Amino acid sequence: MVERPRSPWADALAAFAENRGAVLALAILALIALAGIFAPFVAPHSPLDQFRDAVAAPPAFAPGGSWRFPLGTDGVGRDQLSRVLWGARISLFIGFSVAAATVLTGAALGLATAAIGGWFDGLVMRMMDIVLAVPSLVLAILIVAIVGPSLANTILAIAIVYLPRFVRVSRAAALSELSKDYVTAARAMGASKVRLMLRTVLPNATAPILVVAALGVSDAIIEAAGLGFLGLGAQPPTPEWGAMLADSRDFLRADPWMVAAPGIAILVTVLAINIAGDGLRDALDPKLRRS
Amino acid sequence: MALLDVRGLTVEFATRAGPFRAVEGVDVTVDAGETLAIVGESGSGKSVAMLAVMGLLPWNAKVTAERIEFDGRDLRALSPRERRALVGKDLAMIFQEPMSALNPCFTVGFQIAEALSAHGAARGAEARKRAVALLAEVGIPEPEARARAFPHQMSGGMCQRAMIAMAIALRPKLLIADEPTTALDVTVQAQILDLLKRLRAETGMALVLVTHDMGVVAETADRVVVQYAGRRAEGNAAAALFAAPRHPYTAALLDALPERATGERLAAIPGAVPGPSEPRLPCAFAPRCPRAQDVCRTQAPPRASTGGEGYVHCHFPLPAPAGERAA
Repeated sequence: MVERPRSPWADALAAFAENRGAVLALAILALIALAGIFAPFVAPHSPLDQFRDAVAAPPAFAPGGSWRFPLGTDGVGRDQLSRVLWGARISLFIGFSVAAATVLTGAALGLATAAIGGWFDGLVMRMMDIVLAVPSLVLAILIVAIVGPSLANTILAIAIVYLPRFVRVSRAAALSELSKDYVTAARAMGASKVRLMLRTVLPNATAPILVVAALGVSDAIIEAAGLGFLGLGAQPPTPEWGAMLADSRDFLRADPWMVAAPGIAILVTVLAINIAGDGLRDALDPKLRRS
Repeated sequence: MALLDVRGLTVEFATRAGPFRAVEGVDVTVDAGETLAIVGESGSGKSVAMLAVMGLLPWNAKVTAERIEFDGRDLRALSPRERRALVGKDLAMIFQEPMSALNPCFTVGFQIAEALSAHGAARGAEARKRAVALLAEVGIPEPEARARAFPHQMSGGMCQRAMIAMAIALRPKLLIADEPTTALDVTVQAQILDLLKRLRAETGMALVLVTHDMGVVAETADRVVVQYAGRRAEGNAAAALFAAPRHPYTAALLDALPERATGERLAAIPGAVPGPSEPRLPCAFAPRCPRAQDVCRTQAPPRASTGGEGYVHCHFPLPAPAGERAA
């Protein structure tokens, strides 16, 4: 007798909690997110203020550094720590808004292609193949070149570049669910096509979509940093990690720590998202779960 | 007038090797409140015929028929919206694999309540209350707790009961049960059959039982249609069919029942049902038939009445018992 039925999501949560690495990664990610959200309060300086008396100052732990600028300053005297903290805000915003946009449109397109099939399926999937055939950064550059460089356009460009994988994953998940008995049973109870897709198929197809979304956040952050590095992402003086890397590139020989701050920020964030995302996948896939 | 009246039903699947006729010229009539059993080996097109009636076949299936009428309405002429309103309400179906026929993402109670609200019978708390009452009606102990359980937390028999609860939620006039007991073990089979019999008696619905188990048929059916390789073989009242099978295939099926075995070994039917790629003889059963002669391979067997509502499609039917021939 089951007295306290647990939902599949509660099971997944319990499995996730058992994965220490994933929980740690999630904690780090939460810390980065909090730092980004509360950047105005935790950052020691404004990310835009140029301290002309301390241009290219070394970090506090290096010889000649002071605690006034814990991570030093960049080439025009802006506090690196403050810029990295504000940059977390921008990078995570880009990452999660790209993921949200691609999940929504991708799942909608994927379910629609699975439900409608025929020429519509062929048309949408071939369009996705075309997007996939162009290297992602090149396509993103092309889109930004057309619509102009800005933060919003960066998000748009990256969302378009990463749309196909969501369409493919949700279409595949929907197709495999559509062939199952309970879908036929729902049809036998008189369920309409829309209800069938949204109420019957979608809840059962969410697990793979969520996993791709989680991993998509980190890809979006890298892609945004790449665009920023090329000067096609967020525009100066916005404290964006990729743009910060590009700015400090000229100082690589003389002041290598200047590159380290945004570089390590990108590394830690992406790593945390990937490990947490892997944990999510393991938790949602019963086959990979410890029983 | 018959509740379900299907004449000359043919279902063709477009396959790479060309069209494959899974069902060919099958008639099914069910009167209100009666139990009809459709019998045949796996691959006889029993399920496909019923799925065609429900409109649940995949897109590569082509359904043709002289007539498909339910309750006086032509099922082929219905718009999708009208069909959805009818299917699940007046015409319900339960499936072979109860464990996979329920949505794994939702609780059993939620799914039954959804069926009620989708057809506008009840909403919200009222629908949930009726879902619990339905679970109690199909003999699930602790229905309140079970309504909150997910399908994977219940046994196969429980899931099948829950499926039946959902199917009878809107008091259908006809319930099609597609091998409802095949995936269950024998004691549970008997319980499910008893449940179906009881519900039929209580609600007055008609029941179509698709099965390959002659024992199930003997226990529940009023009338029997025997199907082989997508074609009709024989049809009769259950008692008459069991007493005096006229088609060699029916006789072979009955002889294969362990209860009727006389020797040391069970009587088996040699060979197998022809697959999709194999050519069909005019009499599909001829290659496996002990009575087959040359004419069976060249000419389609004629339909012959066997008295009352009985009929047989065979060139050389088994003789009727002496008493009946005189009558």
